[in-house]
Amino acid sequence: MDQLSFPKRPYPTRGGVHAPHNKNTAHKESLEMPVPKMVALPMSQHIGAPCVPLVKVGDNVDVGQCIARSEAFVSAPIHASVSGKVKKIDKITMPDGNRLDAIFIESDGEQRISPEVKPPEVNSISDLLTAVRESGLVGLGGAGFPTAVKLNIPADKHVDTMIVNVAECEPYITSDHREALENGWDIISGIITVKEFLDIHRVIVGIENNKPDAIKALREIVDNSLDPEDEIRVLPLKATYPQGAEKILIKACTGREVPMGGLPSDAGCLVMNVGSIAFIARYLKTGMPLVSRRLTVDGSAIKNPSNVIVPIGTPIKDVIEFVGGYKEEPKKILMGGPMMGISLPNDELYILKQNNAILAFGEKEARLAEPSACIRCGKCVSACPMRLLPLELCNAAERKDDEALGRLNAMNCMECGCCSFTCPAKRHLVQSIRMGKAYLNQKKREQIAQSKGGKN
Amino acid sequence: MDNKLYVSSSPHIRSGNTTRRIMLDVIIALLPTSVAACVIFGFRSAVLIAVCVATCVLLEFISRKIMKRESTIGDLSAVVTGLLLALNLPVDVNPLIAMFGCLIAIVVVKQMFGGIGMNFVNPALAARIVLLVSFPSAMMHWVTAWGAPEAAKIDATTSATPLAAEAGTYSYIDLLIGRCGGSIGEVCAAALILGGIYLVIRRVISPIIPCVYLATAALMSFAFGLDPLYQLLSGGLLLGAIFMATDYTTSPVTNWGKVIYAVGCGLFTMLLRTYSNMPEGVSFSILLMNILVPLIERMTVPRTLGYVKKAKGEKK
Ligand code: SF4
Ligand code: SF4
Repeated sequence: MDQLSFPKRPYPTRGGVHAPHNKNTAHKESLEMPVPKMVALPMSQHIGAPCVPLVKVGDNVDVGQCIARSEAFVSAPIHASVSGKVKKIDKITMPDGNRLDAIFIESDGEQRISPEVKPPEVNSISDLLTAVRESGLVGLGGAGFPTAVKLNIPADKHVDTMIVNVAECEPYITSDHREALENGWDIISGIITVKEFLDIHRVIVGIENNKPDAIKALREIVDNSLDPEDEIRVLPLKATYPQGAEKILIKACTGREVPMGGLPSDAGCLVMNVGSIAFIARYLKTGMPLVSRRLTVDGSAIKNPSNVIVPIGTPIKDVIEFVGGYKEEPKKILMGGPMMGISLPNDELYILKQNNAILAFGEKEARLAEPSACIRCGKCVSACPMRLLPLELCNAAERKDDEALGRLNAMNCMECGCCSFTCPAKRHLVQSIRMGKAYLNQKKREQIAQSKGGKN
Repeated sequence: MDNKLYVSSSPHIRSGNTTRRIMLDVIIALLPTSVAACVIFGFRSAVLIAVCVATCVLLEFISRKIMKRESTIGDLSAVVTGLLLALNLPVDVNPLIAMFGCLIAIVVVKQMFGGIGMNFVNPALAARIVLLVSFPSAMMHWVTAWGAPEAAKIDATTSATPLAAEAGTYSYIDLLIGRCGGSIGEVCAAALILGGIYLVIRRVISPIIPCVYLATAALMSFAFGLDPLYQLLSGGLLLGAIFMATDYTTSPVTNWGKVIYAVGCGLFTMLLRTYSNMPEGVSFSILLMNILVPLIERMTVPRTLGYVKKAKGEKK
């Protein structure tokens, strides 16, 4: 392993695009949303096994009470975000089209706190992992990977660096930015806790240089905190999308590359979203599990763009109404940012744990780009941060050519959207490549099934 | 909410760049050269340009109609092809010959292979070469440029191209401002360089191909004992390196691919100039390298982030 020095400036990264930042909400204090009448909590708000309800229709629940869990290793329990009565348990359609059970809680408006809520006692790494698991925390940056699993680093991996992700490279979204400005002390105390228990001696707080106020605030806190060995540093990154993508962030902060198909721990890194790390500190102090979060509500159709702190499970419609409603007819609603977010079929869905933004756009912004023939300009190639050949991948995917998809490393595409964004012919590159990846996976499964069948 | 929402795959925003905008930039970059052509060879250049552009657009429109596919004249690529072809012709060429060239470029080379982005050789170049082979005398009839030196004159109306003329006939200044014989778009080096700078600044082309092409040609001239600067400024090398070799469809998309391709262009250009009877090597060498592009691209697939070499014996 290399000597653990801190880079003075970020390591060079390739590709990326200059998407318009549109950080309209960066300078606005976050608003606290009043308790909604009803929340819906789907049984899967994370990557991994879905939870099973622990409550029945008609049960009374309190804020912070665990209402669903799973014994599977990769999963995260779900807690009531309001006090009230379980109204129904019914299937809802998730943004990705899956149908899933959700617990609907009718709020009594009292926000009684559950007796279950008490600060956990944490004296060892295994205590910390249990506590984080019980808190229901998932990666708040959008991916939704259970944090306890992430922190549980396999014994054969040596992690020497923690990177705190405040890059927030997606246009519009400022929830991490606001977290850094409003909860700096939670961030630092979360960092110190995790780094002590995991025995990590280098922490790099990576933040895009378009947030000078947050850089300044975080630096001040780091300078004044208990960090005698000087193991925490703030590193301003260039403000190009996608600096906050895990593999790119690792490259920019440490110069290391995560091997294809590998995890950050294969490059000796642990990447934590800034909101997640601050949450850990708050949870250890109060014992209140993940029942609310900050998210950005913005877009051309939103009257009063703001960051809002909302109970998990709040109907999206209520959140939008809370910030003044629509100022024009919405034509596209996104969960997440414009580069990687999912577009929703309607506004009848509910805020999920990993949901960092709700964006609504009017006709002009929502209109779909009409693709024309590829002119082989190579702009997608220069924009691809993973150094792939998007145009070739797209062709291979359309031909269903698994040999070419494999040779061109389709699985290494992180669907960041840079190629489609930059394409002058407006080709739907990401969409095709995504299909190509699904096709490769399907092929692989077939092959495995076949070889198994062959043995029997 | 009763209105329908658009549901689509990410990303949900697109850059403002379009194919049309890129083609428009190429046209803008060719403006100085076109104006210079009219100044140097008179208004017949303007007529030639107009004929070629109009024919190309018309043929593009007709062939898309016949093939029952959506019209693509809006992307302006046919305008670019027409313009480039015109700039590669001598000023007094018969307009019918020029129109025949447009037919080769648009119908045979471009649309029969599937339209923009699908042709494997540069349409304007291929057309020029077909014309060169079919009508050699018309295609090599070099009307004397305005202000060309007396010594270059062959007869009352024509003069030698810089590469055919005896050493010392043309000065560097003559070449820079186009006081010499040649096709209407290749003579004025200064205008071509100006256009090239514009394209690089607008990020329409990467400077790799023109720079490496010119550098290779310069090195080769040096090795052959020729005057590198004179070689660079003459014989359509700048027009080829800046505007023809950088054609998107027929040049590699990878950076290393661009380097190899440009080195190839430079090598062949100078070899042809030195060893063949035809002093004109640019068109042939670019065309040759066009054909090799798929091969070059396959050789130069970039190393993806985090790529690990598969250990021996490991199955993929
Ligand atoms: S950016 Fe679009 S037009 Fe250009 S090479 Fe890539 S796919 Fe083709
Ligand atoms: S979506 Fe995939 S192919 Fe496109 S730029 Fe991102 S990583 Fe590259």
